Amino acid sequence: MTDAADLRRRTADLLAAHPPATTERLDFLRARFDAGLAWVHFPEGLGGLGAPRALQAVVDAELEAAGAPGNDPGRIGIGLGMAAPTLLRFGTEEQKKRFLRPLWTGEEVWCQLFSEPGAGSDLAALATRAVRDEKEGWVVDGQKVWTSSAHLARWAILIARTDPDVPKHRGMTYFVCDMTDPGVEVRPLRQITGEAEFNEVFLTGVRIPDAHRLGEVGEGWKVAQTTLMNERVAIGGIRIPREGGMIGVAATAWRERPELRTHDLHQRLLKLWVEAEVARLTGERLRQQLSKGQPGPEGSGMKLAFARLAQEISGWEVEFLAEDGLTYDDWTLRRPDGVDFTGRQAGYRYLRAKGNSIEGGTSEVLLNIVAERVLGLPPEPRTDKDVAWKDLPR
Amino acid sequence: MTTPMSAAPEPDLLYSADEEALRDAVRALLADRSDPATVLAGLESALPYDRELWRALATGIGTAGLLVPEKLGGAGASAREAAVVLEELGRSVAPAPYLTSAVIAVTALLGCDTDQTDVAGPLAALAEGRTLGVLALPLTTAPGGAGEPTVRADADGALTGRVTSVADAAAAELLLVWAQGPHGPALHAVEAPADGVRTEAVIPLDLTRPLAHLTLDGAPGRVLAAGDRARDAVERALLTGAGLLASEQLGIAEWCLAETVRHTTQRTQFGRPVGSFQALKHRMAALWLEVASARAAARNAADALAGGSPDAPLAVAVAQAYCAPVAVRAAEECIQLHGGIGMTWEHPAHLYLKRAKADQLALGAPGRHRAALAELAGLSAP
Ligand SMILES: Cc1cc2nc3c(=O)[nH]c(=O)nc-3n(C[C@H](O)[C@H](O)[C@H](O)COP(=O)(O)OP(=O)(O)OC[C@H]3O[C@@H](n4cnc5c(N)ncnc54)[C@H](O)[C@@H]3O)c2cc1C
Repeated sequence: MTDAADLRRRTADLLAAHPPATTERLDFLRARFDAGLAWVHFPEGLGGLGAPRALQAVVDAELEAAGAPGNDPGRIGIGLGMAAPTLLRFGTEEQKKRFLRPLWTGEEVWCQLFSEPGAGSDLAALATRAVRDEKEGWVVDGQKVWTSSAHLARWAILIARTDPDVPKHRGMTYFVCDMTDPGVEVRPLRQITGEAEFNEVFLTGVRIPDAHRLGEVGEGWKVAQTTLMNERVAIGGIRIPREGGMIGVAATAWRERPELRTHDLHQRLLKLWVEAEVARLTGERLRQQLSKGQPGPEGSGMKLAFARLAQEISGWEVEFLAEDGLTYDDWTLRRPDGVDFTGRQAGYRYLRAKGNSIEGGTSEVLLNIVAERVLGLPPEPRTDKDVAWKDLPR
Repeated sequence: MTTPMSAAPEPDLLYSADEEALRDAVRALLADRSDPATVLAGLESALPYDRELWRALATGIGTAGLLVPEKLGGAGASAREAAVVLEELGRSVAPAPYLTSAVIAVTALLGCDTDQTDVAGPLAALAEGRTLGVLALPLTTAPGGAGEPTVRADADGALTGRVTSVADAAAAELLLVWAQGPHGPALHAVEAPADGVRTEAVIPLDLTRPLAHLTLDGAPGRVLAAGDRARDAVERALLTGAGLLASEQLGIAEWCLAETVRHTTQRTQFGRPVGSFQALKHRMAALWLEVASARAAARNAADALAGGSPDAPLAVAVAQAYCAPVAVRAAEECIQLHGGIGMTWEHPAHLYLKRAKADQLALGAPGRHRAALAELAGLSAP
């Protein structure tokens, strides 16, 4: 099996053949992918070497030390964290070969066409229809909403209803949707931060070839579970140093502005500092479990912890800053490339963090998941499980 | 200021196969000898703790010597293993003087000169579980908080003074006394019972950890260590105690959560299990997340102590500041979500609440540990 020494050697070979100083960024990223050093736990030929996931850190450290360019994961998070693992698990060989390389290098941005005006937490209620056409393909009509990065995306992962006559979880199919299709219309939605990071997306007679279906017809829900699960693992799997992220910004503010300190804010900062450090350790423990092949259920909880902390720390920071907390850096409607939590002012962090407990499953829904799937508590009685989708009240 | 902060060491936060085997042995013993009914019955008896159980745990399984090197008569393990024992003792609220004797007193002796037979002798006796020892300081003493001794030693080594709220003091055969002598503070060994040694049991909130006020009136003592060495030994003992207490708190919280899930899954009201009501599910799910986080914090402290890491004071302060309130909340939720049965003497939930609440004050309340962090993390007070 590939070990750390082997990876170091391969990384050195890559750097020798493509010196970062004299190689175009994209060429370097492509070469890195082809050398199997993009995500080492992926199979050979698809950017990986079938190595343990934990060893990626070895490669990353070597490349960082050599000043090699990165693939800017903040900009392509949906592709890396959600589309890629789903393609890997359910894609055909052709789909994997076609999509994964430009996805990883960032040449092609991905977005996620899941949520709809009538289907948020209850995603399985979605109404966007996909109907077979004569030419072995599909025609899609419907409306999606809150679609982050849709304005940048080349491709989308999409769930649509293919059979309205069966209960909702059974009648869905999962597709890869071409965002340049003439039937796709993307309209910006302005957020409480002033910018428009997400969009509404209208799908009118969008054609999708059957070759862009992921998984079986009617199995869309199963495929979507992989996407959603990976979203949460991705959050828990990120390694952060002590005082990494928002708590570091808050701690630095505290150290640099002694004139603003009060006893109350001190007590609350220390509490948040402890909680941030413990959340970091919990994520670290999860990572250690994953790398030893003992995936623990902690992953589903990490997003809950991070959302609450981000909100409380940023709220603390605005309050600490006193008069500066009354100001905001920029309300213009911007179309950002991604989320930058540390690059902007406290007010932005405070507002943007409100989305952390909504996006990717609300905190209430995640608590349901922990309660039922981790603790095994009984489900609430449901009225929608055995009713055909078309007969559901809405 | 951020540079030293980001250089956090890479701890091992998992359990090794040996640690799991040790856990199985301790858990099996406690399930057999110390189920809740037995613990409750024992509290009504005059005995401070179950000597048979202690012998089986300390000597039989050999847990008393985990922190002691083999050449000094111990098992040559580390704080990581002792932490696993404490998780199980927390999970069963067993009244056993493990934290006081096998962790705190043992660590204090390890900080003295173990080449001296005066130190090595009692250390081996504690490690084998033959003798019970305690560090004679109030249970509330936080790391860094030993302060000026309340006991005086005269030139002949006779000790006089009073120490309040010493855990497991009444049963102890060896008292490690922090006393002010003619040449400054020193750590003294006092054998008990002896003339001039009086313990006065107090009625404790936590019935599973007996407390006593200790009065010394010319009690015969031997100096174990003096000056900085003595100070460091006491400090290390308190730090180790506080860090490993987090594992006991984890065990308490785990039992409370598991028992609450079990009960609410079985108890039916309004035609459905009460555990299917979302108001309760969300509370239990939130608690689960805190317990999972407490485990990471407690393992981090145990690992830092085991490796003698310079990060240990910070890891311990984080673990205590986090785990103490989690144990209390778990025990409080356990009672609330049990309803009336949770308020009864018969149901063991109250034992966990009392232990969790007393543990919150033990070895420094969370606020003290946060105050320590202000220094350690460079977040000075206004
Ligand atoms: C910044 C941001 C980016 C996003 N990006 C994307 C994206 O790229 N692609 C995409 O498809 N979607 C995206 N979303 C959408 C997101 O997934 C949904 O907003 C989310 O799933 C909630 O759905 P909803 O907005 O319809 O709220 P609702 O489901 O209507 O929820 C309203 C309230 O009811 C609560 N609730 C609902 N059901 C339950 C229940 N069973 N038990 C208890 N409480 C319940 C919720 O927690 C919430 O508080 C994004 C959202 C945000 C905020």
